[in-house]
Amino acid sequence: MRGQNSRPGLRCLVGLVLLWLALLWLALPALASTADHSQFEELEGPFASGEEVTEACLGCHTEAAEEVMATRHWTWEYHNPLDGEVLGKKSMLNGFCIADRSNEAFCQSCHIGYGWEDETFDFSNPFKVDCLSCHNTGDYKKVAGLAGHPAYERTEYPPGSGKFHGPTDLVEVARNVGPTSRETCGSCHFYGGGGDGVKHGDLDSSLVDAHRDLDVHMAVDGGDFRCSTCHQTESHAVPGSRIQVSAVDDNRAIRRGEQTDRNPATCQACHGNAPHEEGPMATRLNEHTRALACQTCHIPAFARGGVPTKMGWDWSTGGQLDEDGKPFQRKDDDGHVIYDSKKGDFTLGENVVPEYVWFNGDVTFTTTETEIDPDNAPVPINTYHGTPGGEDSRIWPVKLFHGKQPYDTVHNTLLVPHVAIPDDSAFWFNFDWAKALEAGTEAAGQPFSGEFDFVETTMLWPITHMVAPGEQALKCGSCHADEGRLADVEGVWLPGRDRHELLDRFGFGLAGLMLLGVLGHGALRIATRNRRKEH
Amino acid sequence: MSQRVYLFTRFERFWHWGQAALVLVLLFSGFAIRGYHDLLHFGPAVRLHETAAWLLIGLWVFAIFWHFTTGQWRQYIPTLERIGAMVRFYAYGIFLGEPHPYRQTPQRKHNPLQRLAYLGVKLVINPLVWVTGLAYLFWEPLRELAPAWLGLEQVAGLHVLGAFLMLAFVIIHVYLTTTGHTPLAHIKAMITGWETLHDDEVIEPRPRKG
Repeated sequence: MRGQNSRPGLRCLVGLVLLWLALLWLALPALASTADHSQFEELEGPFASGEEVTEACLGCHTEAAEEVMATRHWTWEYHNPLDGEVLGKKSMLNGFCIADRSNEAFCQSCHIGYGWEDETFDFSNPFKVDCLSCHNTGDYKKVAGLAGHPAYERTEYPPGSGKFHGPTDLVEVARNVGPTSRETCGSCHFYGGGGDGVKHGDLDSSLVDAHRDLDVHMAVDGGDFRCSTCHQTESHAVPGSRIQVSAVDDNRAIRRGEQTDRNPATCQACHGNAPHEEGPMATRLNEHTRALACQTCHIPAFARGGVPTKMGWDWSTGGQLDEDGKPFQRKDDDGHVIYDSKKGDFTLGENVVPEYVWFNGDVTFTTTETEIDPDNAPVPINTYHGTPGGEDSRIWPVKLFHGKQPYDTVHNTLLVPHVAIPDDSAFWFNFDWAKALEAGTEAAGQPFSGEFDFVETTMLWPITHMVAPGEQALKCGSCHADEGRLADVEGVWLPGRDRHELLDRFGFGLAGLMLLGVLGHGALRIATRNRRKEH
Repeated sequence: MSQRVYLFTRFERFWHWGQAALVLVLLFSGFAIRGYHDLLHFGPAVRLHETAAWLLIGLWVFAIFWHFTTGQWRQYIPTLERIGAMVRFYAYGIFLGEPHPYRQTPQRKHNPLQRLAYLGVKLVINPLVWVTGLAYLFWEPLRELAPAWLGLEQVAGLHVLGAFLMLAFVIIHVYLTTTGHTPLAHIKAMITGWETLHDDEVIEPRPRKG
């Protein structure tokens, strides 16, 4: 009887739970935002271009474009607070794809705007802002070569390449806008340098669906953070910079609602500067923060998600063609490209143990105007500053990248090549360095003697993402050892690594003498044992 | 004829062997921290070293208390009395089977050389190890107060110096335990508390002056 009675009750309960879950599911988008963009008449289209979408966005979000246009994401220009040098992606050099200038139509697929293909781009036109690049929730791709535009129609690019893009349903994309996500930020920041994981080493597409071992914060089964969870953005200005890094943040955690100028993306912004609370070594570990960045122990290696990062790039071998005079690629056993006629040889790395440097956050760069010393190669494209042992510095993990790239043998400057636009001078389409450098330097306004060679370069990248779970942090012996990770890092007395040679010689000498003495004494006692017995 | 004397009380024996074990553990783990051997990883070595250090500090506190309340600290008052005979015995007489020139009594357990050696341990090696060890442990808060010439490097160096002196002491000390009537006689005494004095070792000390 009881069983029969309870069955309808159970069914009722299950039904209620399901109904509640369904309501919750329906309510979730509403919880995230008070506006459902799919209901907006303004977004019914049709839209002929991205600019028209932006115009619709700005109809309500009246200040958004002004905010965006004040940021580096828009200007690609940055004044180094250290020395006032004009930096930013627009003019900077690197050891990977080298430079943006003359290649804008290609590179600006990662610009949050439409139409930047040369220096005539109008930076004051708000309709050129691409809202969708960051706020799409899928099916939106800015095609390399189209100067920041998606393919509105089905398009073959480069022409004759057989690669087709689009069409893009702008209405659908616009009606489904949302907050930024790992996918949207990652669509550029994971692919810097021309491919997945190429540049940073701690940022690649594996973070989209990260597992906990890869990144405790962003893991789907962990914190499930968006990029903006840490890079808390106000007025569209995203905090965090690899040019002026917040390398030292010796402060408690930022309180919710607290007005502060601090970078909200540091570890300490949430965890504070004494984050270890459990275990007998908590105090000791907290004391380590005087010398170490959190990242040093908590990111044991980078490129851990199965996507290799480029550790080396040798442009000097680029341009080899096969028997048919065609460019080709060579792949390693895992199917990753290690040679490309367009680009040269690559050295790839996965699970890479970082290098460690004292770093105060200041970085200076070799620019197109900097005179280099090719006899003293490798030429550092960027230099991390810091004082070994200094209060203003911490030991940081970095990716050390090795490049080999063209330079002017007369002016001793690193050169800007024209590579990516299908025309009669770009390297990828003509494999002629002289033409490529002529065109690139001209667009960059850089003097070029016509004489060039290749020089080895280095570049450092801060390692700060891919934070492993606490139990996978480095062990004491990873550094406190003779050949440990900090074997070459000066400025700290590191027990287990450092010893006093003279003192040790004296100490072991003393102990050895004592041992010899007692052994001799004992031997004599044994030798004279008979005499004693006679006595 | 031989005579049995109760020389070492239960606390003394506990203190001695506890200290012996802890000192050996500290030398072993300390040398692992220093990087002289790989038998222990750095982290476990540090934890073992610190645990043993705190136990030893606790034991020392008890022992110091015990020495002063029982008056046993007088056992370490240095004397040069008959020290020439002692040196002569270990350098020469011991090989000829000469009798030991010192007779232990519960009031005067240690011969003049022992007195000097143990006093050296208590006044030089122990304080050196203790002070530098605590400075090492609490270096972060102390760093601000330390003069410019004193860094962790110097603290570590002095601590290791103490360790080497202790090691030298341990070597000599362990060897000398074998110089009793039989090689294990002194060790047995330190375990049971009872020392057996043999006639040929018994030489009455000169009466104290004053």
